[in-house]
Amino acid sequence: MKPAPFAYHRPSTVAEAAQLLAATQGKILAGGQSLIPIMSMRLASPAALVDLNHVPGLAAIDVTSTAVHIGALTRHAALEANDAAYLANPLLRRALRHVAHATIRNRGTTVGSIVHADPAAEMPAVLRLLGGIVEAVSSERGHRSIDSADFFVGPLESALQPDEVAVAATFPHPPGGSGSSWAEISRRHGDYGLVGVGSLVVLDEGRRITSASVCLISVGGTPVLVDVTDASSGTTYDAVDWTAALELVDAAIDPESDIHATAAYRRQLARVLTGRALAQATADAIARVAA
Amino acid sequence: MTTKMFGQRVPRVEDPRLLSGQGRYLDDLGHDALEVAFVRSPHAHARIVDVDVSAALDVEGLVAIYTYDDLDGRTTEPLPLLIPHPALTHGRTPYALAKDEVNHVGEAIAMVVASDRYVAEDVVGLIQVEYELLPAVVGIERSRDGGDLVHADVPGNVAATMVQEVGDAATMIAAAGHRATLSLSIERSASMPMEGKGVLARWDPDDESLLMHTSTQTSTSVRQAVAAKLSLPVDRVEVVTPDVGGGFGVKIVHPWPEEILVPWAALRLGQPVKWVEDRREHFVSSAHERGQLHEVEFGYDDDGHLRGLSVRFWHDNGAYTPYGLIVPIITSTQLLGPYKPGAYRVEFQSLYTNTVIVTPYRGAGRPQGCFVMERVMDAIAADLGLDRTVVRERNFIQPEEMPFDHGLIFQDGRPLIYDSGDFPASLAKLKALVGWDDFESYRSAARAEGRQVGIGVACYVEGTGVGPYEGGHLRIETDGSVVVSTGLTTQGQGHQTMLAQIVADELGVSMDRIRVTTGDTRRFKYAVGTFASRTAVMSGSAVALTARKVRAKALRIAANALEASVDDLEIVDGHVQVKGSPGSQIDLGAVAVLSNPLRYAFDAGATRATQFAAPADPSVPPVPENDQPGLEGTDYYSPLRSTFANGMHAVVVETDPETAEIKILRYCVVHDCGTVINPMIVEGQVHGGVAQGVGGALYERMEYDAAGQLLNASYMDFLMPYASEVPHIEIDHLETPSPLNPLGVKGAGEAGVIPGSAAIAAAIEDAEGFAIAAMPISPSELFELRRRHAGR
Amino acid sequence: MTTASDPASAEALHDVTLTVNGVFQQLRVPARRLLSDALRHDLRLTGTHVGCEHGVCGACTVLIEGRPTRSCLVFAVSADGASITTVEGCLEPDGTLGDVQQAFQDCHALQCGFCTPGFITTITAYLEDHPNPTEDEAREAIGGNLCRCTGYQNIVAAVVRAAEIRRERTAT
Ligand SMILES: Cc1cc2nc3c(=O)[nH]c(=O)nc-3n(C[C@H](O)[C@H](O)[C@H](O)COP(=O)(O)OP(=O)(O)OC[C@H]3O[C@@H](n4cnc5c(N)ncnc54)[C@H](O)[C@@H]3O)c2cc1C
Ligand code: FES
Ligand code: FES
Repeated sequence: MKPAPFAYHRPSTVAEAAQLLAATQGKILAGGQSLIPIMSMRLASPAALVDLNHVPGLAAIDVTSTAVHIGALTRHAALEANDAAYLANPLLRRALRHVAHATIRNRGTTVGSIVHADPAAEMPAVLRLLGGIVEAVSSERGHRSIDSADFFVGPLESALQPDEVAVAATFPHPPGGSGSSWAEISRRHGDYGLVGVGSLVVLDEGRRITSASVCLISVGGTPVLVDVTDASSGTTYDAVDWTAALELVDAAIDPESDIHATAAYRRQLARVLTGRALAQATADAIARVAA
Repeated sequence: MTTKMFGQRVPRVEDPRLLSGQGRYLDDLGHDALEVAFVRSPHAHARIVDVDVSAALDVEGLVAIYTYDDLDGRTTEPLPLLIPHPALTHGRTPYALAKDEVNHVGEAIAMVVASDRYVAEDVVGLIQVEYELLPAVVGIERSRDGGDLVHADVPGNVAATMVQEVGDAATMIAAAGHRATLSLSIERSASMPMEGKGVLARWDPDDESLLMHTSTQTSTSVRQAVAAKLSLPVDRVEVVTPDVGGGFGVKIVHPWPEEILVPWAALRLGQPVKWVEDRREHFVSSAHERGQLHEVEFGYDDDGHLRGLSVRFWHDNGAYTPYGLIVPIITSTQLLGPYKPGAYRVEFQSLYTNTVIVTPYRGAGRPQGCFVMERVMDAIAADLGLDRTVVRERNFIQPEEMPFDHGLIFQDGRPLIYDSGDFPASLAKLKALVGWDDFESYRSAARAEGRQVGIGVACYVEGTGVGPYEGGHLRIETDGSVVVSTGLTTQGQGHQTMLAQIVADELGVSMDRIRVTTGDTRRFKYAVGTFASRTAVMSGSAVALTARKVRAKALRIAANALEASVDDLEIVDGHVQVKGSPGSQIDLGAVAVLSNPLRYAFDAGATRATQFAAPADPSVPPVPENDQPGLEGTDYYSPLRSTFANGMHAVVVETDPETAEIKILRYCVVHDCGTVINPMIVEGQVHGGVAQGVGGALYERMEYDAAGQLLNASYMDFLMPYASEVPHIEIDHLETPSPLNPLGVKGAGEAGVIPGSAAIAAAIEDAEGFAIAAMPISPSELFELRRRHAGR
Repeated sequence: MTTASDPASAEALHDVTLTVNGVFQQLRVPARRLLSDALRHDLRLTGTHVGCEHGVCGACTVLIEGRPTRSCLVFAVSADGASITTVEGCLEPDGTLGDVQQAFQDCHALQCGFCTPGFITTITAYLEDHPNPTEDEAREAIGGNLCRCTGYQNIVAAVVRAAEIRRERTAT
């Protein structure tokens, strides 16, 4: 299990990286936590790798009044540990705790995970749930922002073009009065989830639910975002009945059977975890309002 | 007095080296050796039409590509059938490199030798093999149908059919008040040591000798096999087992194709050659175990006494049978556990499939047998409305019935006679440990919280310490240190510590003066290997006997020197002294000097043994008749038959009513492995075994598709438990010494794994209220079972 | 970073400098050389083990800038300039067993020892941030490393014991 040979390039600026990527038709090397195993299994043999790890400035975490901005080299662990990001948007840390094991998070990047677009990965779903943005640069067409609604195209397939470097991602803060949660079940602790559900619930001053949505992983080719506001809106938090929301989720997902779970079992988990996630997000909203 | 080491929690002598990164595992050796990678079949069953290497020949760093046609002499023959058995009428073994046909994904077709493994893999990718696909036979049902054949000359895919019977089971079952049947299955798992296999071979053309390192559980037998296959005189071949990163059975199989091919290539190329198995290779070309289907019929009386038991089972042996019928024979005999079956008939068929070979994995057929027997006990209890432990107690062999002869033939070809054990006492301890009698109140309390819990119990007996023999060599050096060697190998069981403890007590020498070597044929040439929980019994006994022999000689020489009688001497802390008068003493190093009459002195110590040093008796030769120079000895231990350890596990689980997640809340073990040499090591063995039992019950399986592709050939998808999946284990011991060996010990290596699936299945069944007949079980499968039962 | 062509092969070689266990090291490796192989075979620091080469087992875990990292999932060339600690670097300066290593012996937390280096490095780093872990925290701390021999119970105990030893040693 050794990778095939490749040409190695070490740019020191984003512009240089984009240029090398276009010129070599190679691949970006970020944390390598997804790329290197598949190269070692020779399931991928890119002719060239453009290593972002020595480009200065890409690891920053910027928490502004509206969003958490991360760079292409922000490691999962750094984002998870960042208290400002947690205060502004606790969902980031909650979801990151389910991304692999801590050792993988020390090296793997959140942007890399988003670009890799694994339908079982947590952070693409978080980006989608929050309506985030990926910033991309190509040497030919320059910079563009890609909305998360357009970013995830299929399993392991994103809207990023082969010559584009994803340089940053933006996670907008959830609105005031909101609560969030991540619920997931995996076979072993640290494995990709059999099903995972991120949830965002917004309450008004009267503690009525004004909006509620969930985003699920491992139940389709891309993260599945379901707006369940209509199934609940107007009800106060303690009177809410999520049954109709579970039906909406059930209708929206299309899970497959594999060696770890049948499709029917995944549907069951999607229902149970959606219920749990919505309840936790609601409780979180109440707690945050109270605080 | 020197402190007694036997029975103490002595810290392991091997640890400081392993902990500081100074271990020497196979791939830590031979950094300059050429490296090997293999072209392995991507198909489960195919004829090889053509192997085209032309595209690969220009790769820089390529040294050689070999296919079957390049082999010569006895390397062209099929690999040996290691354990023949009269019932194995259609035994088949593979060639070192596939000849015309491949029979499982992963079978080696071509061997590439290159400057390093990276380049070797590049070359592998460029070799084109043309195949003609044949139908793949996967799974016991497909194989049993016999429609398609794995080997064209093996009708019905049946490698062997074997029957054993005591009493007339059919009649006894028919006559019993109650009768029932069960269909039970267990899936495949694998030993899966953290270190794969590996071989390093160095041919010395000047010395005309081969030095081979291999990550094996039997270096002595590899040596014989390699010498035979390479047509080398045995004394030109030495095999060394370096540190081994776990074995659990898979490394007892030998010679693996690579163990022949790597030295063969080293000889041809005149350069060191190394092969280190990677994880993917390990999944598809090393061995698996456990896959069996069982049909059970049994009769019992109103009190729950088993009157007759009839078991038919089908064993999936994979593509070849190099290890004979050991696994199914163990299932068929050890199935009985601590119970008297009334009459018993067992019949099995060993079947070929186009999958990786099946050979013993820790537990070796016992987990399946235990699962069957314990499911029978639970079924009787359920039917009669009896407490499950009561049914077990009623069927136990009683202590006063020991030794107990089952009337069957065990895996070593010897009668299945239990030497000792007190099963009622063990069960009583277990019930107390887990709180069996209080469980119903715990269950109600949990139910009140909306939680669903269950408890299960399973008992086993394990034949350990099987023969034929092991030996030990021991020498006291002139500096007073003691070097010990035994032929069998070590894969982490702490043999060096355990054997040093025995020697320390036998000789009266402190542990830090003792060095133990295992698995090095340069040091000890006669051995069988490490398997079947046999080291403490076999090598432990052999080393103890050897130490006694050397001690006797030391006392004899010291008696002479001290002008005392042997009977008045003792050895304390490395000194021979006259009992009660420690002033009159001689250290063992000096005794060693005296044991070796010298002509030449090279240091002050040696001077004492030279010919003019002291007046000698001129009437006897310097080395008397029937004696030999040196303070050393060799002895062997060969038991009449196996010893039988036993144990019982109780498990409490919680199953989530919504998600069907299965959580182990308690895991309790009562364990009897006879006299315990080092309780710390024994507990460690139990912990590790239980973790493998939990893995086998809830996480691990080999997922083959119908085409014979192994779908989960990685650690990502073959779910070996992490710490988060293994429960805290509570242990209690019982010690019923074995009367069969000088130490009273029984084996402990495999015990922990055996009842895992049985006990966990019972606990889940208890929580869910429906029968569990197939293991392992995942939450998804439990969910589907619930749906099926709800739909009824 | 300078590149050179190996005369014997078409593959470009890269000069890489690393500080391993405090020692400055220079190597020249192909881009695809995994850090695990570079440490083991180029620097002959064979304490770091390889159990899967796809990131799951943790046997290859080393500390890069103090943080546990799978050395099988890093290219040596990409780690250029990094400071790395392997199990060999977890000894006390006088060569005796480090706190975690000593705890492993005390608690019988290793059997074959193959997984052990990955645990030692992981726990060494963990204790920096968690000087006094509970048993549950200890179990979680080792949750990303596979061991086939021990069933983990004694490793959990060793984490707690190592914290104790560390406190004892820093107190004196
Ligand atoms: C054992 C194990 C378990 C794991 N479990 C999980 C899990 O439970 N959940 C989870 O979400 N992930 C999991 N991962 C994956 C991990 O999160 C990865 O780190 C992540 O998916 C990819 O990030 P990376 O920085 O390592 O990307 P890389 O591996 O470097 O790259 C991945 C892909 O994205 C491309 N890419 C990366 N960055 C950019 C960029 N900036 N611009 C353009 N292209 C780019 C690369 O070219 C490559 O194709 C696991 C990994 C391992 C080894
Ligand atoms: S070898 Fe790196 S994680 Fe297994
Ligand atoms: S001690 Fe052997 S794998 Fe952990």
